[in-house]
Amino acid sequence: MLTHLRNLLVAVLLFLAPAAQAQQIDIAASVAAMAEASLKELATIVTDLAATGDPAVVPALTALGDGDLYADETTGRVLIQRGSTVTDPVTGEHVELGADADLSKIRVNNSLRRDIAAALAGMTLMSDNPATRLSAANGFLANPDPANIPLLDEAIAAETNADVLRAMQNARALTVLRDSESSIEDRQAAVPLVAGSGRNAITILSSSRTDAPEELVASINAAIAGLEQERAVWGALQNVWFGVSLGSVLLLAAIGLAITFGVMGVINMAHGEMVMLGAYTTFIVQLTIRNNFPGLLDYSLLIALPAAFLVTGTIGVGIERGIIRWLYGRPLETLLATWGISLILQQTVRSIFGPTNQMVIAPTWMAGSTEFFGLSITYGRFWIVIFALIVFFMLLLVLNRTPLGLQMRAVTQNRRMASSMGIRTPFVDAMTFGLGSGIAGLAGVALTQIDNISPNLGQNYIIDSFMVVVFGGVGNLWGTLVGALTLGVANKFLEPYAGAVLGKILILVLIILFIQRRPRGLFALKGRAVEQ
Amino acid sequence: MLTQALFRALDRKAIWVIGIFLAVAILVPMANLLIPPGQFGHVPTYLVSLLGKYLSYAILALALDLVWGYCGILSLGHGAFFALGGYAMGMYLMRQIGTRGVYGNPVLPDFMVFLNWKELPWYWQGFDNFWFAMAMVVLVPGILAFVFGFFAFRSRVTGVYLSIITQAMTFALLLAFFRNDMGFGGNNGLTDFKDILGTPVQAQAIRATLFAATAIALALSVLVCSMIVNSKLGKVMVAVRDAESRTRFLGYRVEYVKLFAFTVSAIMAGIAGALYVPQVGIINPGEFEPGNSIEVVIWAAVGGRGTLIGPIIGAIVVNLGKSWFTTVFPEFWLFALGALFVLVTLFLPKGIVGLWKQIFGRARAAHPDTTPKASADIERGEDPATFGDAQPRPAE
Repeated sequence: MLTHLRNLLVAVLLFLAPAAQAQQIDIAASVAAMAEASLKELATIVTDLAATGDPAVVPALTALGDGDLYADETTGRVLIQRGSTVTDPVTGEHVELGADADLSKIRVNNSLRRDIAAALAGMTLMSDNPATRLSAANGFLANPDPANIPLLDEAIAAETNADVLRAMQNARALTVLRDSESSIEDRQAAVPLVAGSGRNAITILSSSRTDAPEELVASINAAIAGLEQERAVWGALQNVWFGVSLGSVLLLAAIGLAITFGVMGVINMAHGEMVMLGAYTTFIVQLTIRNNFPGLLDYSLLIALPAAFLVTGTIGVGIERGIIRWLYGRPLETLLATWGISLILQQTVRSIFGPTNQMVIAPTWMAGSTEFFGLSITYGRFWIVIFALIVFFMLLLVLNRTPLGLQMRAVTQNRRMASSMGIRTPFVDAMTFGLGSGIAGLAGVALTQIDNISPNLGQNYIIDSFMVVVFGGVGNLWGTLVGALTLGVANKFLEPYAGAVLGKILILVLIILFIQRRPRGLFALKGRAVEQ
Repeated sequence: MLTQALFRALDRKAIWVIGIFLAVAILVPMANLLIPPGQFGHVPTYLVSLLGKYLSYAILALALDLVWGYCGILSLGHGAFFALGGYAMGMYLMRQIGTRGVYGNPVLPDFMVFLNWKELPWYWQGFDNFWFAMAMVVLVPGILAFVFGFFAFRSRVTGVYLSIITQAMTFALLLAFFRNDMGFGGNNGLTDFKDILGTPVQAQAIRATLFAATAIALALSVLVCSMIVNSKLGKVMVAVRDAESRTRFLGYRVEYVKLFAFTVSAIMAGIAGALYVPQVGIINPGEFEPGNSIEVVIWAAVGGRGTLIGPIIGAIVVNLGKSWFTTVFPEFWLFALGALFVLVTLFLPKGIVGLWKQIFGRARAAHPDTTPKASADIERGEDPATFGDAQPRPAE
């Protein structure tokens, strides 16, 4: 393990280290002198070589420590032999052995080995390259050896880079913690530092518990408990984020439904298919762009947004004018008719595009992920959350600040009165249905980023969307927002305990029970109008 | 009192329907068993099973019609009761396999051996007894419907809300039965049945018997439904459908009326499922698909809801169409089904039976003592300009 690590360090050094300033000492001569040196002389040579600070000495020292350094008795040359390859320790060149070569190992003892290790680590710790120093420090963290404490202290005093300094301090803290010769106070003082050292602090701490004195175990346990609590909090926050992410998808899928159901009392079972058509529109838009304007590929999702809105909105208006308007006042029949429409739309798409999944490529600005205080957040999800909120507030604006919104609300609250006041209720109905369908199309654009585009896409969302609307309360957009986020977060919190499927079943059962308590949802619309 | 109800139930139409299905229950098996193959009038065994399947669908459609057509409760979860009855039957059939399974375990069904289960879960106990299983066919859907309905109707969940939560119920059950550790065979469901009551399920005689049983069950269902809808309770059900609040204000316990209809209907659906499973030879979680339950609604709608014969005709006609389409134009079936949903709701709100009455009623309109009421009903509510005025909405 140690050798492995050291080799790694050496490799890093060889790649990264520029020729360091060298005290004028002939490396080649010193190395050559090793052939005949006694152990004592070897120790001096090692110290001298280390003192050069020159990366060129590293291979020779490493080989010496590993017992891979040989002296050729015939020529007197010093060589590195690893397996069947033989190299020169200074130049690193491949060496062809003569027929009469007689290699004998240059022997080292334990104290020399320790000197070599310290010299090597010290050299890398003092390297000019911060990356090398960081990996050296991490090397100490992985293999804490009390002998290195003075070395680390020296390096810490000289260190200027904050990241490297932290790594060195962590390494020192762990070394002190594991060192049975340090005082209990020192070791206890090291505990919080180790605890703050990063992801696997808990594993490191619990492995340090073995053969530690009792007082120390107590403080380690306390530190572990603290860390676990912290981890639980972050885990919960991560769950909240996942939940918000799921909730925003639900919100997107349900918000259009909330309009058609809430404002018009129409159960639109084809709503999921509108989402699906939005996704297919995105697919077509991207295909067209890729074939004709490859430069715009990164913006294809943005271009698809208005396209999807128009396509699904138009289809929605068509459905309303063609079928649904004949069925007002008969909500159960509307449900059946729109279910029929959904079957037809599904089969149409399946006939045109085939039953297989289609792909929409994520634009570059949506790919990848970022760390946010230990939460990993993928950009795709992040943009969907933002997008869902934008759609939500735009819709709120439309409903509350535009003439169409005013008319819609009037029709919701009292259809006949609105009609008497000169509002063209059939026009408002068509526009409302178109708006709801258009928003479903927008949801479809967003869903291309997280789901397969297939003719069945909509089916996966329709029941969830209904749950959101019914849970949140019909005719109230805020209810839909709260409902979607609540269901999303609840789902993600149940998942770890109950599993994905059972979690979903539990949510469904809870909603069914909830509706018994509040048949009109969380935010029920008050007044006569809702008493259908 | 029962005889009185029976007399009231057996009006001319009901007698006809019951008579036809009793005759079918005798004639089709006879044509299958007694007339040798190749000779005129022989009904091949596969056809017997196919017809048996349609008849069990017809029972399901009739069950749905009892709650939807007569009581105004649009349940989108009747497929769940059907499937639960089917699973109860399937569990009995699984226990009859005995050592003939792939793993040869005398007690555990194959999938449990496969999942490394050591003993039979408690809810599988007793299913080796036919009569226990039959009791479960009735009790499981019945109790589920009773509990579900009790809470739903008590808190006055009505209309589309009820439809949506019944849909959520069947969806939740779908997800649950897909899970392997539920102990119902997961994705694959229950299949590979061998015996029923000690006779091979595949045997021609058993097929014919199952068909006869289904036809008789259908006739009995019609009789029971006819008894219910012709009783005073049936009138209250119709009143609940047309004006729930008014009925409540008149002093009727609306929730109990609905609960009764819902539970009876669920039991009928469960029986239909139990008859369906041995004839098709498999039951899997796909039966819980919300789409299936909605399809049942369209059977009832096509035939004519609010009538006893309508849903039976609807179930048979739609499924005949489905069988024909899926063999001749498989890709057009969903178009046809979708169009059926739209066209029936738009143009045939009273279904085939309503159409028949309309034509028949017009022909009789010349007679002074009959009024073509049905046609007048159809016209109502179709004028968009006056909707909400012309359509007498339930004044809830």
